[in-house]
Amino acid sequence: MGRLFAVLTAVITVVSTAIFISRTWWLPADVSVLGVGIDRQMVETMVAAGVLFVLAQLALALFVWQYGDRGTPRPIKIFPGGATPMVVIATILVGAEILVLTLVGAKVWAGIFLTPPDPKALHIDVQAEQFAYYFRYAGSDGRFGAMHPELIDDGNGNFFGLDPANDTTARDDIISASLVVPVNQPVFLTLHSKDVGHAFYVPALRLQQDFVPGLVIPLHFTATQVVKQEIVCTQLCGLGHYNMRAYLEVMPRNQFGQWMQDQAALQ
Amino acid sequence: MHDASARSAPYVRETSDTVAVLKHAPPETFLRKYVFSLDHKVIGKQYLDLALAAVLTGMVLSWLMRFHLAYPTTPIPGLARLAPNAAAGGVMTPELYLSLMTMHGTIMIFFVLTTAPFAGFGNFVLPIQVGAEDMAFPRFNMMSFWVTCVAFLVLIAAFFVPEGPPLSGWTAYAPLSALGKDAGPGQGTGQTLWAVSIALFCVGQLLGAFNFIATTLDLRTRGMTLSRLPFSTWAWFITSVIGLIAFSVLLPACILLILDRVAGTSFFIPGGLVVSDRLQPHAGGSPLLWQHLFWFFGHPEVYIAILPGFGIVSHILPVFARKPLLGPRVLIACLISIAFLSYTVWGHHMFLSGMNPLSATLFSVPTLIITIPATIVTLLWIGTLYGARLRFTTAALFCLGFISVFVSGGISGFFLAQPSIDTYLHGTYFVVGHFHFVMGVAAMFGIFAGTYFWFPKMYGRMMNETLGKIHFTLTFVGVYCIFMPMHYLGLAGNVRRYAAFTDDYMKGSLPLHRFITAAALFTGAVQLIFLYNLIWSRLRGAKAPDNPWEATSLEWSTASPPPFDNFGGRHPVVSHGPNEYGVTGPAGDYVMQASPARPSGS
Repeated sequence: MGRLFAVLTAVITVVSTAIFISRTWWLPADVSVLGVGIDRQMVETMVAAGVLFVLAQLALALFVWQYGDRGTPRPIKIFPGGATPMVVIATILVGAEILVLTLVGAKVWAGIFLTPPDPKALHIDVQAEQFAYYFRYAGSDGRFGAMHPELIDDGNGNFFGLDPANDTTARDDIISASLVVPVNQPVFLTLHSKDVGHAFYVPALRLQQDFVPGLVIPLHFTATQVVKQEIVCTQLCGLGHYNMRAYLEVMPRNQFGQWMQDQAALQ
Repeated sequence: MHDASARSAPYVRETSDTVAVLKHAPPETFLRKYVFSLDHKVIGKQYLDLALAAVLTGMVLSWLMRFHLAYPTTPIPGLARLAPNAAAGGVMTPELYLSLMTMHGTIMIFFVLTTAPFAGFGNFVLPIQVGAEDMAFPRFNMMSFWVTCVAFLVLIAAFFVPEGPPLSGWTAYAPLSALGKDAGPGQGTGQTLWAVSIALFCVGQLLGAFNFIATTLDLRTRGMTLSRLPFSTWAWFITSVIGLIAFSVLLPACILLILDRVAGTSFFIPGGLVVSDRLQPHAGGSPLLWQHLFWFFGHPEVYIAILPGFGIVSHILPVFARKPLLGPRVLIACLISIAFLSYTVWGHHMFLSGMNPLSATLFSVPTLIITIPATIVTLLWIGTLYGARLRFTTAALFCLGFISVFVSGGISGFFLAQPSIDTYLHGTYFVVGHFHFVMGVAAMFGIFAGTYFWFPKMYGRMMNETLGKIHFTLTFVGVYCIFMPMHYLGLAGNVRRYAAFTDDYMKGSLPLHRFITAAALFTGAVQLIFLYNLIWSRLRGAKAPDNPWEATSLEWSTASPPPFDNFGGRHPVVSHGPNEYGVTGPAGDYVMQASPARPSGS
C-alpha cells in the first residue's frame, strides 16, 4: 500500500509539472509595457516553486517507498543531523528566495501602483455598475464635468449623473461603452463605482484592480499592440457578475483620432 | 466545595495540593446523556455529526455547481422541483449558482473545517489527552455546541426565504451584502440570516476557545507538563488562542453588518450610491472596513482550519512510523510562530482592493515569511519518515496524503503572496485551486486521518481498513484531478465565481472544466464508501482493544470507549513525553505516557 502511494505521488508530481512546463494552459500574450516584469516574476516564481514542489513530493514518495514496515526487524534510523540542519537550511534557502522575490517583485509592483502616470497620459474616467462599464473622455476642453449621483439616470443615458444644463465642462464629455485607446499611448484611468464592488481585469494587460464604492482609484497602463480584448469583472457584484464585460480596443493613433471625432459628433 | 449543595451539582471542583480535577457525575436522563450532554465526549461526537451533515450538504451543492459549469444548458433532474423559481426546467439561474457557491463556502469553512478538526476532535480528545475528566466549563461547552447547531439551522433556513438564499460569497463583501433588497436577488432576508448565523457561530466558537484554553492550562493531570503535551493538544490549544482573537473580531463585524441591513446604519456603505435606480439613504461608511475586519478574522481562520490538521498529523505520524517525531520542540515553535504571523498578513487578500498600495509590500513580506515555519514543519514530517518502520493503516495514509496536498497548496501560495503576481492571478481559479488544496483538502485529510485513528476510541469498534484504503486511494487521486487543473485555468485567466463562461477568451477552458466536473462527481461518490464504512463500523465493526495502534498518549490508556469520567475514577500520572516510539518499553517499541517512570539511573 505504501508503494502504491509512493508511485501515485510520483506520477501526480511528474504529470502536473509536465503540464506546467509544456504551457498547455498559460497566460495570453502580453500587450502592455508593465506586463513584461510581471511575466518575468511569474516565471522566476514558477521555477523556484516548481523545484521545491518536485523535491518535496519526490522525497515524500521515496521515503514512503523505502521505509515501510515489512515485518523484518530493522532498527529505526534518525534523520542525519536531526532537526537543526533542516531548520537552518530551510530558513536560509526559503529566506533567500523570499528576499529575492520581494525585492524584484516590489519593483514591478511599484511600477504599476506606486508610480504616477505619465503627465501626457490620456485620462479616461471609468464607472462600473451592475453589470456594465462606462468610459468617459474629457472632450475638447480637457475637463470632466462634475458627477451628481442624484442625477444618474441610466434610462436617459446619463450614467455619470452629469448636469450639462448648468455645467459647461460636462457638455463635451464623451461616454463610451468600450475602452478605446491609442497604441503606445500611456493611459490613466480613474475607477469609481456607482453601486457595489466591481473589478477591472484584462489578462493580456496583466492588470487587475477593484472598484470600491466611495473611492476613486487611479490606474495606468500602456498598450503596445493593436488588439481587441475583453475587460471582465472579478469582484462578485450580483447575479449578472459572470456576464459583466466590456471591450478594450487598442487602435492605431490616427484611427483613434477619427474615433474620438465620431464619438464627439454622436454625443 | 465539599458541602451539600455541591453534591447535587453534576460537577464539583476538587483542589488538592498538586492537581485540580473535576468530579464527573454520570448523566442519568436521556436528555442529559444524548442531547444536552455536559460530557465533552458526547459534545465532540455531536460536533462531528453536525460537521458530517454540513459536509454532505456542502458536497451536494458543489456537485450542482460543477455540473452547471460543465453543462450550463443541460437540465439537472429534480432541480426544477427543488427550486422552481431559480431553476425553471432544471437549468439553474446565475443567481442560484452564486447562492450555491455562497452556501457551499460558508458551510464548508465554518461548519466543517472549523467544527470537525477543532471543535469535534478537540472536544473529544483534548480533555482525555491532558488527563482531565471533562472540560473546564462543561455547561459553556454544551452551550457552544447548541449555539453552533442553531447557527447552522439559521443558515440552512436562508434557502427557504422568499428573496432567495444569500449570494455574496462566503466573504460577504459590502456594500453588496449591506444594501438590502435593492442590490438584487439574495440580498433580502437570506443575507440577514447569513450574518445572524455567522454571528451565532462566533459566539459558539468563542465559548469553545476559552474552554479549550482553560482546560489545557488548568486541568492537566499530575506529571502532564507542557513539554509532555501531545502535539495534537498543542495544536488545539494554539488554535483556541487564534480563535479567541479571530472570532471576537468577526462577531462585532457581523453585528455591524446586521445593523447596516436592518437599522439603517452606514458602517460599510458610503454615500452617493445609486442601486436599482435609487439613490441609497446611506453616507459615510467604508466598504474596505468590512474587508479589513473580515480578513483580520479570515486569514487566521485558515489556520484555525489547518493547525488542528498539523496537530493530528504530528500526533498520528510517529504512531505509524514507529519512531519519534523529528524536532518536537521545533514543531511547537513553528506552530506558535505561524499563529503569531497569521495576524500580520490579512491584507494579502486585499492587494487589489484599493487600499494604499504601499501596504501591499508590508503584508506580502510576513505572508512569505510564514512559508519558513510551514516549510520546516513539512520537512520535520518528511524527515520523520526517514528510517521509519511505516505501518500503512488508513489513518497513516491520510497523514501522508495530507503532507502531499499541503505541499501542493502551500507552494501555490508562493505566487499569490506576491502582489505583482497577484495582480494577474487574483480572482482566478488559481486562487480556488490554492485554497482548496491548502485548507480544504488538507484539512479534510486531517479530519479523515483523525476519524480512522480515533474511531476505535470513540465507538469502541474498529473501522474497516480495506474500505478505508480504497477510500484513501481514490480520494487522493481524485482531489488532484479536481484541484490541480484549477491552477492551469487560473494561469489562463479563467475568472472564479462565474455562473457560466461566456467570455470569448474563457470559452476554451470548457473541456478542462468538464474534466474537473467529472473528477468532482467521481471523488464525491467515493465519499459514500467512507459514509458506509462509518455507519457500518459504528454498528458492526470489530470490537476495539484499548490501544489498537500501540500509541502512547493518555486516550489509549483508558477503555474504548472511555467511561463517562474518562479514566474510571483514576487520575493518570504522567511520567513520559508523547513521543517515545522506537524504544524498548514494557509492551513493545513504545512507552505510554502513563507508564511508571523508569527507575532512576536506567
